[in-house]
Amino acid sequence: MQPIVKTLLSRPEISALVMLVVVVVGFTLMAPQFASYGNTRVLLFSLPELGIVVLGVGILMIAGEFDLSVGSVFALVPMLMVIAMGRWGVPPIVAMLMGFALALAVGYINGWITLTFNIPSFVTTLGMLFMARSLATVLSGGFPPPFPANLSTELFVADLGLFRSSMIWFAGFALILGIVLHFSNLGNWIFATGGQRQAAADMGIDTRKVKLFCFMLCSFLAGFAGMITTLRLRSALPALGEGLELQAIAAAVIGGTALTGGIGSLIGFLVGTTLIRVIDNGLVMARIDANWFRFAIGALTIVAVILNTWVRARARRMK
Amino acid sequence: MTARLEEHFQARETFVQPTAAALVRCEGLEKWYGSVHALAEVDFHAEPGEIVGLVGDNGAGKSTLIKVLSGAHPADGGRIFFEGREVRLDSPKAAMALGIETIYQYTAMVPAMSIARNMFIGREPLTRFTIGGIGLMDRRTMVEHATRSLTNIDLTERSPDTTVEELSGGQRQAVAIARAMYFKSKLLILDEPTNHLSVKETNKVLDYVASLKEQGIGSIFISHNLHHIFPISDRIVAMARGRKIADIRKSDTTIDDLTDLIV
Repeated sequence: MQPIVKTLLSRPEISALVMLVVVVVGFTLMAPQFASYGNTRVLLFSLPELGIVVLGVGILMIAGEFDLSVGSVFALVPMLMVIAMGRWGVPPIVAMLMGFALALAVGYINGWITLTFNIPSFVTTLGMLFMARSLATVLSGGFPPPFPANLSTELFVADLGLFRSSMIWFAGFALILGIVLHFSNLGNWIFATGGQRQAAADMGIDTRKVKLFCFMLCSFLAGFAGMITTLRLRSALPALGEGLELQAIAAAVIGGTALTGGIGSLIGFLVGTTLIRVIDNGLVMARIDANWFRFAIGALTIVAVILNTWVRARARRMK
Repeated sequence: MTARLEEHFQARETFVQPTAAALVRCEGLEKWYGSVHALAEVDFHAEPGEIVGLVGDNGAGKSTLIKVLSGAHPADGGRIFFEGREVRLDSPKAAMALGIETIYQYTAMVPAMSIARNMFIGREPLTRFTIGGIGLMDRRTMVEHATRSLTNIDLTERSPDTTVEELSGGQRQAVAIARAMYFKSKLLILDEPTNHLSVKETNKVLDYVASLKEQGIGSIFISHNLHHIFPISDRIVAMARGRKIADIRKSDTTIDDLTDLIV
C-alpha cells in the first residue's frame, strides 16, 4: 500500500488532477448545463489552441528556461502567413512553411541570446514579447490583411461534432511529445539539463543544444497554435494572443511543472490546460461574473505550487 | 613567500617515473585561465590497479589537472597518453569513451531523477525504435542494471525508481561509483568524494575505492584531507601553484612528512 501511495504522491500532476475533479464536480452541481453535450463541445473547441502552446512552454520549463514571447509569436506567425497569401499571392503551403520558419527563427534567437550571453531567458523572451508583437502590428500596417476567401481550413479547424480537427493535431503533438519527454533519451537529457545542468554537462550531454531545441520547439508550437486560431477566425489580428504567455505558464505550473526546471509531466500539461479552460467556461455557465476568471487562475496557480511543494515533501519523507 | 615554497619542492629526479604499461601518462601539461598559470609543465601518470592520491592546498592545480583528464577543460599544451596511445581529451564524452570516469564531490547526479535514469544520463540504452541517435529508452535494461548495481553497493533496500534526492550523501557517492563501474571504467577520478560525508559514510566510500584496485582499475583520489588519502593510496602526488612538487611512493614517506610538504 505504502509504495503505491508514495508513487502517486511523487507524481508532479497529482494535485492538479485532484483540483480538476473538485472543480468539475463543483461546476456540475452549480450549473447542470455544465456537463451537457453542447457545453462539452464548447470546451473541447477551445482546448487545443491553449494546449499546444502549453506543450512547448512546459517542455521548455522542464529544460530550465522560460518563454514569455509565445503570445506574440502566436500573432506574428499567422500574420506573416496570411499576408504572404493575401497580399503577396504566395501559395498556402509555401506561406505556412514561411510562418513556421519564422517561428523556428524566433525560438533560435531566444535561445541563442540567452545561452550565448548567459542571461535569464525571462529577460530575453520579455524583450522578444515586445519585439514580435511590434513586428506583427507593423507587418499588418494597421489593417488586418485580406484573408483568402476560398482558402479551405478543414484540415485544421473542421467541425467534427464533439471537437474540431484541431483536437487531432493537439492529440498528435501531445502523444509524440509525451513519448519523447518520458520514454526517449532526448527526454532524459531535457530533464537532466533542467534538473542539474552541471551534472548533465559532466555526463557528456550538450546542454546548450538541448535547450536550443526546446526554445525552437516552444516557438514552433506557439506559431502553430496561432495559425489554428487565425484559421478558425478567418482573420489575422495583430492583438491575437495577448496575455497568452502567462496563461500558458500558469497551466504548466498548475500541472506540476517546477519553475526551477527538471520536474514536470505531459499529463500535468494536459490537466493544467484543462483546468484553465474548465474554469473559464464554468464561470460563465454558473453565471458568475466572467471578470473573476483571472482571479481564479491566479489563486489556483498559487494554491497549486503550495500543494505541489507540500505533497513532494511528504512523498520524500515516506520510505 | 616564494622562496619558502621552493624549499618544499622535491628534486625532479626523485619523482616516481611511469612504467611502460602506464594506464595514463601526461607530459608537460599547460593550462591558463586568463593570466593565471593553473598548470605548469605538469607530468602525471597512473598505473593499472594503482591508487594515486592527489594532494595540495586550494588553488594548487589539483582540480585543473582532473578537469583536463576528465575532458571538461582541455589543456592548452602538453601530451596525454592513454594505454600507450596519444589521445585528445576535448570533451567529457571523449574521456568517457576511453574509460575515464569522474566522480565529483557534488556527485554529478540530477536530484529529481530516479537512480535508474541517473545511471544512464547521456548513455541511455535504446530500443530498436531509434532515428539519428534519438530513440526510445530500453527501460527494462536500465532498471535491471540499476538493480544489479544497487546490489553491488549494498543498497538493496532502495528501488531503482527512487529519486536521488532521497539518498544520503554517501549513498549518492556509492551510486556514482556504481555507475562508473557499470560503464567499465579503467581510470576512476574521484574529486573530493568524501566531502560533506559522515565518518561512517567516508569509510564506506574508501572501502569501495580500495576494492576497485583488485579489479585492476586505476584511481586518482583527490582530497585535501591527507588522513582520507594516505591509508588507501599507493603513491602520493603533491601540487602547489600549478606545479607538481612531489611524486612519491607511500612506502617511502610518512603522513607527517607529507603534511610538512603541503602545508
